[in-house]
Parts: sequence; C-alpha cells; structure tokens
Amino acid sequence: MKAKIVITPKKAVLDPQGKTVQNALEHMGYTGVTGVHVGKYLEIDLAPGTDAAAARQALNEAAHRFLSNPVIEDYRLEIVD
Amino acid sequence: MHFAVLQFPASNCDQDCLHAVRVLGHTGDFVWHKNTSLGAADAVIVPGGFSYGDYLRCGAIARFSPVMQAVQQFAANGGLVLGICNGFQILCEAGLLPGALVRNRDLQFHCEQVYLKTANRNTPFTSATPSDRPMRMPVAHGEGCYFADEATLAGLQSRGQILWQYCTAGGELSDGANPNGSLLNIAGIANDRFNVAGLMPHPDRASESILGTDDGRWIFESMARGLKAAAAASAA
Repeated sequence: MKAKIVITPKKAVLDPQGKTVQNALEHMGYTGVTGVHVGKYLEIDLAPGTDAAAARQALNEAAHRFLSNPVIEDYRLEIVD
Repeated sequence: MHFAVLQFPASNCDQDCLHAVRVLGHTGDFVWHKNTSLGAADAVIVPGGFSYGDYLRCGAIARFSPVMQAVQQFAANGGLVLGICNGFQILCEAGLLPGALVRNRDLQFHCEQVYLKTANRNTPFTSATPSDRPMRMPVAHGEGCYFADEATLAGLQSRGQILWQYCTAGGELSDGANPNGSLLNIAGIANDRFNVAGLMPHPDRASESILGTDDGRWIFESMARGLKAAAAASAA
C-alpha cells in the first residue's frame, strides 16, 4: 500500500522554474503549451493492512503541517494498493 | 546582553552570529537543535545556513527540532527572536512570522551587497538605526523571494510589520534594487507583537568596518536597546 502526494505551487506564487521549462519547451518546438508548474512528488510506503481511511486522515494532516506549505503550495493525496 | 545562537545540522552562519554579538560587546552561547532549553538567553538568533540540507523546503525540517519548541515558548513570553536568512525561512515555516520565502525570481543564487530601507524605526529591531541613509549589507541566498497573500501583505503594511525593504543607494524602492523578486521589496518583517523578526540579508556579516560595512550592528544594537528599556520598565 502506498500514498502518493503531488505538491504544486499555488497559482498566485511566482513559479520561475515552471516558466523557464515552458520557454524551453517552446524553443524546442513543442507548441501549444500554455503553462508549466514544477512541483514535488512524494511516494510513501505504508505497512500492509493499513486502514486506508485512517492513513488518509493522518497523511492529510502531515501534508498540511509539514509536507506542503499551505502559504505557497497545494497538494493532492492519493492512496493506492 | 546574552544571545542564544541556535545550531542546526548545516547551519553555517552560527559562528558569524556569535562573533558579531561578541564584537559588539555582548555575550552569547551556541544552543544545539536537540536542546529543549535556551538557557539564560536575553534574545535568540536563528542563524543562516542550509539546515537539514534545505530538504523538502528551506527550514521545513528545522522547525520541528526540539529547540524550536523552546523558541516558540520564548517568543510567546515576549522574548526577542531574530532570524537571519535560513533563520528567517525557519521562523516563517514555524508560523512565528507570516508568509514564506520561495525561489529567487531569476532562479539564481544571489551573493551581493544590497541596500536596505528601514521602513519602521519604532521596533526593538530597528530603533537604533540611523535615519539619514539606507543600511548596506550582503545577501547570500537562492530562496529569498518573500511571498504572502494580499490580505497578509495588507495587514503587514497597515500594522508597520515591514521592517526592511530593498532599495537603491539613494533609498529609493525600485525593482532594480530587489535582488530576488520579493513582494513590496520586502527584505525583512516582524510579527504583530514586534518581538520576532526575520530578514534575508546578513547583519552578522556586516557588523565590523573591516568587512566593508558595519551597518548590521544597528540591528543588534536596537535589540540591546529594546531589552534595556524593557528591563528598566519592569524594574520601575
């Protein structure tokens, strides 16, 4: 069992890394790209038999307190078998 | 006046901070991040560096160190806490200061001298600052771009919590004088009780004339003055 957490910069926060990657894609000829947002991906291994609902609750708390910074980032949490 | 200078794994301005306060005639001790007590400190300095390798986010892991519980308590009791560079990032992560510090807008590490306008002189971190010219001191950071949402920024402005702003040698707030893209040219702020402050520039590297500028001393001297005033008030 795993938890997957994707952390992205909030829209209001300057994302110069995303902008630079977007520009590079355009220079390389990849057209139609209207935005790139560079974030983080965390994969968290959970013990077999972990209760998914309890894990979701605990990891939501951890993501809010520690894994992401709500001032500048949003996150998505997914629990998979 | 006795300063506690915190040490996290990969702090690298701890020595500079202790040296600076000693040169200015104060005393100080290092306090290891695993300590749960700050000892007999009159004030706390959270120094610069790359605590915990800047893993996850700058300051994100350091803020859960045992010593930070003691700092939270110290601050709650009204004690003076100054965060410099990575120390500023740690205090923001800890929620002791509002907002956050993100990648510099040009994605480059900036190691250079900047000028700072003191936007509010009526605080324990700024009261001794000369009013006739901006201060000059170095910055050295990759993640110093101050961000807060509009409501937070408006609150900082209306309460006078913006203490230092990047400016030109003539004291003008301009985009060209802003090394990292910080909103409102913010280089440093205080909390709403004005006993916790943080800034990205390094007063610790600018407190002796042999270093090219000793303007940084005004921040430490302001803190000493503030503590003296508080001690006199409590004795009266």
